[in-house]
Amino acid sequence: MLDYLIKRLIQIIPVLLLVSIISFSIIYIAPGDPAMTLCAGPDGQVDPEYVEEFTKKYGLDQPLYVQYFTWLKNVLHGDFGYSYKTQQPVWDIVLSAFHATLKLAIVSLVISLIISIPLGIISAIKQNSLTDTFCMIGATLGVSMPNFWLGCLLMLIFAVSINWLPAAGYGDGGDLEHIILPAITLGVSSAAITARLMRSSMVESLSQDYILTARAKGVSERTITLKHAMKNALIPVVTMIGLNFGFLLNGSPVVETIFCWPGLGELTVRSMEMRDHMVVQGCMIFIALLFIAVNLVVDISYKFLDPRISYENE
Amino acid sequence: MSLVEIIGLSAHFPTHDGIVKAVDRIDLNIEDTETLGLIGETGSGKSVLGLSITRLLPPTAIVEGKIIYKGRNLLTVSEDDIRKIRGGEITNILQNPTTSLNPVVKIGEQIAEAIRLHQGLNKKEAKEKAIEMLDAVKVPSPSKRAQQYPHEFSGGMKQRVMIAIGLACDPFFIIADEPTKGLDVTIKVQIVDLMKEMTEHKTMLLITHDLGVAAAMCDRIALMYAGEIVECATPLDLFEKPMHPYTRGFLNSLPHRGLTPIQGMSPSLINYPDGCRFSPRCEYVNEECIHHHPDMFRIECEHFVRCFNARS
Repeated sequence: MLDYLIKRLIQIIPVLLLVSIISFSIIYIAPGDPAMTLCAGPDGQVDPEYVEEFTKKYGLDQPLYVQYFTWLKNVLHGDFGYSYKTQQPVWDIVLSAFHATLKLAIVSLVISLIISIPLGIISAIKQNSLTDTFCMIGATLGVSMPNFWLGCLLMLIFAVSINWLPAAGYGDGGDLEHIILPAITLGVSSAAITARLMRSSMVESLSQDYILTARAKGVSERTITLKHAMKNALIPVVTMIGLNFGFLLNGSPVVETIFCWPGLGELTVRSMEMRDHMVVQGCMIFIALLFIAVNLVVDISYKFLDPRISYENE
Repeated sequence: MSLVEIIGLSAHFPTHDGIVKAVDRIDLNIEDTETLGLIGETGSGKSVLGLSITRLLPPTAIVEGKIIYKGRNLLTVSEDDIRKIRGGEITNILQNPTTSLNPVVKIGEQIAEAIRLHQGLNKKEAKEKAIEMLDAVKVPSPSKRAQQYPHEFSGGMKQRVMIAIGLACDPFFIIADEPTKGLDVTIKVQIVDLMKEMTEHKTMLLITHDLGVAAAMCDRIALMYAGEIVECATPLDLFEKPMHPYTRGFLNSLPHRGLTPIQGMSPSLINYPDGCRFSPRCEYVNEECIHHHPDMFRIECEHFVRCFNARS
């Protein structure tokens, strides 16, 4: 197990290097000059002297590879640079955005699981019945609805029409009132996919021979479903949930922007607009790290879900 | 005295092509403490018969007739009552131990589950009893093995676990479906010996297509063909004096009797011939066989056969 962990941790290094090279290149290929964007005055005019000073200060006149290696060297010393715009350390900006995203991701995941797991199980037990059809039509609707549309719709209903919840914003450090609408928006779409997978996985488990063995032992249908079938059915579903959580942790640019949620997605989009390259680069590295971490946790969780999997002799 | 009396049992499955009559109006008595063998080729309805006794067939199956056990018809008792009987008084040892054990549940727990349900023992006592059962079916180092999962067991060991589950609650009646299927000859002998030892004073319905196993274990053997029983006798009578042409054909198809195949194909389970179901393949067929369905005729006190020619 320890060998496996070390191996997986070593694999992170080339992945991060590759991610950083790709994102660094893409940012520089993209049109727009940070100096021109950031040094523009309130009415759009640009002071050439100021631009030159800015360019020199951040080394933007250097060739791409020089800029990259300078950045890499600093990163290896734990310095992710400073935002061109606010002059704050990138790492601090990213962490505080992640804090907001994490809150949203956890609430969204909880909502998604509360909806999807029972829905999948009920559909599977009542396979091909009216209930099943109804649940699966709901799930298809959930997948098909675009996030921005659902978000706006929820906003219209709960914030504008009946005025129960605030329309957008982070509130007092991301309080429950403000989190509900964006979390439902994100939760519903990921619930839909998970519910469908849970259903098909449960249907498959329920048709296995060991279910007949359990029935022959006199086990009640409830225990058969919740113990014998679900334990097996959850194995593929956990992968899906893990992946989903990975996506949620990276922050959804669309949903966060709609709800003015100061998370990672919103930060990435905003800093791209501002050509705030250091922050974009920091976001990319952080998102890559998160994804790797979530995948590792999912892989390790298999060992506890499926005793047939062992990492001992790999 | 018969422990289980099966009267006119049918198990039919509606499909797109028609109704599959896997078991069709079977009468069978299983005497107290006897081992009755149920043999027949694949698709003759043996396993369906075994599952229908404890109502384990899928809900789509149409099961008719009566199964009288201790004065009650098992087909009409409530769902709760049949669940109490299943795994407790009547147990099924299902075929294919590899797929019949839950891959993510510990072996000990799979045995203990039945014990908790039927013997009212608490978790710890049930666990101890499960280890005792593993020991009884001769699984080495049982307390360690109880903590393991099915994939850590060999085929023969898994079969022993299935037997342990089936016998854990000291049942009155055991329905064992192909307990020696897919096992090496040496392992097969061990399993047969084990089952003989453990079911000595118990009533058992042994479903198999292995005549050697049936001969070694059974007091009586019933031979199934196309959803019905065609001959029922003691092993000695069945092997030495087979009366039904199908029985003779079945025996002659064995390796040591010359591997002679029976001509023709088994009938479709949807459209049986009007008369005797074996008539299209039978070399002694006559007018009566084609138009009339034969009943079971008694040849000797324990020898029954479903053939017009055997009547005289």
